[in-house]
Amino acid sequence: MRISRAPNSVKPMIHTENLSKKFKDLQAVDRLSLDVREGEVFGFLGPNGAGKTTTVRMLTSLIGPTSGTAVVNGFTVGKQDTDIRRSVGILTETPGMYDNLSAEYNLRIYAELYEVKDVAGQVEKYLRMLGLWERRFDEAGAFSKGMKQKLAIARALLHEPRLLFLDEPTSALDPESAHLVRDFIAELRTEGRTIFLCTHNLDEADRLCDRIGVFKSRLLVVDTPSNLRASVFGRKVVFHLRQTGEALASAVRALPFVREVKAIDNKLLVNVDDPETRNPDIIRALVGAGADVQFVGELRHSLEEVYLQLVKNA
Amino acid sequence: MNKIRTIIRKEWAEVFKNRMVLFTVAFMPLILTAIPLVILAVTGGMSSGSELDTNLSELPDQFSSFCPADLNPMECMQVYLVSQFMLMFMIMPLVIPVTIAAYSIVGEKTTRSLEPLLATPITTLELLVGKSLSAVIPAIVATDIAFGVFAAGAWIIVRDKMLLTALLDARWLIAVLIVGPLMAMSAVCVSVMVSSRVNDPRVAEQVSMVVILPLMAVFFGQLAGLITVSRQFVLIIALGLIFVDAGLFYAAERLFQREAILTRWK
Repeated sequence: MRISRAPNSVKPMIHTENLSKKFKDLQAVDRLSLDVREGEVFGFLGPNGAGKTTTVRMLTSLIGPTSGTAVVNGFTVGKQDTDIRRSVGILTETPGMYDNLSAEYNLRIYAELYEVKDVAGQVEKYLRMLGLWERRFDEAGAFSKGMKQKLAIARALLHEPRLLFLDEPTSALDPESAHLVRDFIAELRTEGRTIFLCTHNLDEADRLCDRIGVFKSRLLVVDTPSNLRASVFGRKVVFHLRQTGEALASAVRALPFVREVKAIDNKLLVNVDDPETRNPDIIRALVGAGADVQFVGELRHSLEEVYLQLVKNA
Repeated sequence: MNKIRTIIRKEWAEVFKNRMVLFTVAFMPLILTAIPLVILAVTGGMSSGSELDTNLSELPDQFSSFCPADLNPMECMQVYLVSQFMLMFMIMPLVIPVTIAAYSIVGEKTTRSLEPLLATPITTLELLVGKSLSAVIPAIVATDIAFGVFAAGAWIIVRDKMLLTALLDARWLIAVLIVGPLMAMSAVCVSVMVSSRVNDPRVAEQVSMVVILPLMAVFFGQLAGLITVSRQFVLIIALGLIFVDAGLFYAAERLFQREAILTRWK
């Protein structure tokens, strides 16, 4: 297991040590040790039933851990629970709006419960920001799934939390709504908020997250998406040639830093640790062996492939 | 305190949009007020003496306790009949909170709105108190208004100070002002406990209606002459309810914890 810890200079917004949760015989979360840095978007990936929601519930002080410790935004879980709930925002798996009440009233209730000073101002700000101002007097029950999700995001932001937990924010949304929500998350990131994002959408995680943790009751790995790709599959460079052959493959294979070479059609697939430094040497070797190099690119494994490989090996 | 007020306003804004709740809160008091007034009006129109006078002796012994010496047998009859409805009045503080609490708590379960609510800085005690008061207050207000209408109607119909005093004696006041709110609190606590186990507001409402059984037992016991609902009896019930409510609230509060709601409420 490889866990990258936050450097000492960067304040962790979430710090857990051996955080565990057991329900009778089920070990839902097993010794989770993790740091999430201030201002980063942290993706929390894992299959259904992996314990992601249980983790979020512990970190938002909704349920207590069986053992271990967690400090969220400077407050200790189990000791300063009200402070934690006051300082974080959460988008739960289902929006859970009051369908019989207007969008505006839904937000007003939560603004009051979060002790927001300018209730009307904050409600208006987020209704406008999420494009719901014109529909503010409509009952939430009349909203589409996408609109309800946006309303739920607005609810999570009313008290301007620095740390935001988003549990499956785009699940069950049509592509257009999902795109809008993703854009909004990206916008929140530019505001410097820390975002803990639980998602099944690996493309979304790839695009939005600074680091990703793969979780299945225990933390399997944490790193940036590109480092995860490199650690699971290594880095592969594709050299497109006019013609290829065993002689060209051997010329590349002879280079000491090359791990593996495969010839496929008119391409050479080269596994190398540091392509930025090594590619010029490989190109020189190929040209020296008489190859016509047409273009060079990196073979990029999808995060889905990385994720499936990690979960399979768990 | 502000959060409790927010919860109460939210509950009322939501629950009173439900026709079933509105019907229970508005029509039940109307019916339970109209019936004793009609009985008063009808019996007041009967002449004293003749057959009724002779039959009064066949009424239960405890009947005499309702009748001050200066009331005639017909007036005693009115006092007795209307006193039966005191227990019917007590249905209101039981049924109204059960209906409101069932729709309020199970409704939150089915729409999954409890989790975001629990994620706010509100304490579970504040949430439970807010939800309880939102169910108890309408019941008390409805009962008090119904009692006020009944008292005013009785005054208009009877026009006799002695009879009115007997009709609206301390038992009524203790029942309406003390026993009623205590009963409403019991009803809410039972509703919270039942609501934690069911997923349909109607089922929660029906099962919670079990709280009405002790009241019905007293009602039929009084009709059968086994129980006399005297002032002492009402006071003992009030005292007993204080302890019952304390126990029920403790049990409901234990059940109404974040972790229990999120992980054990099915």
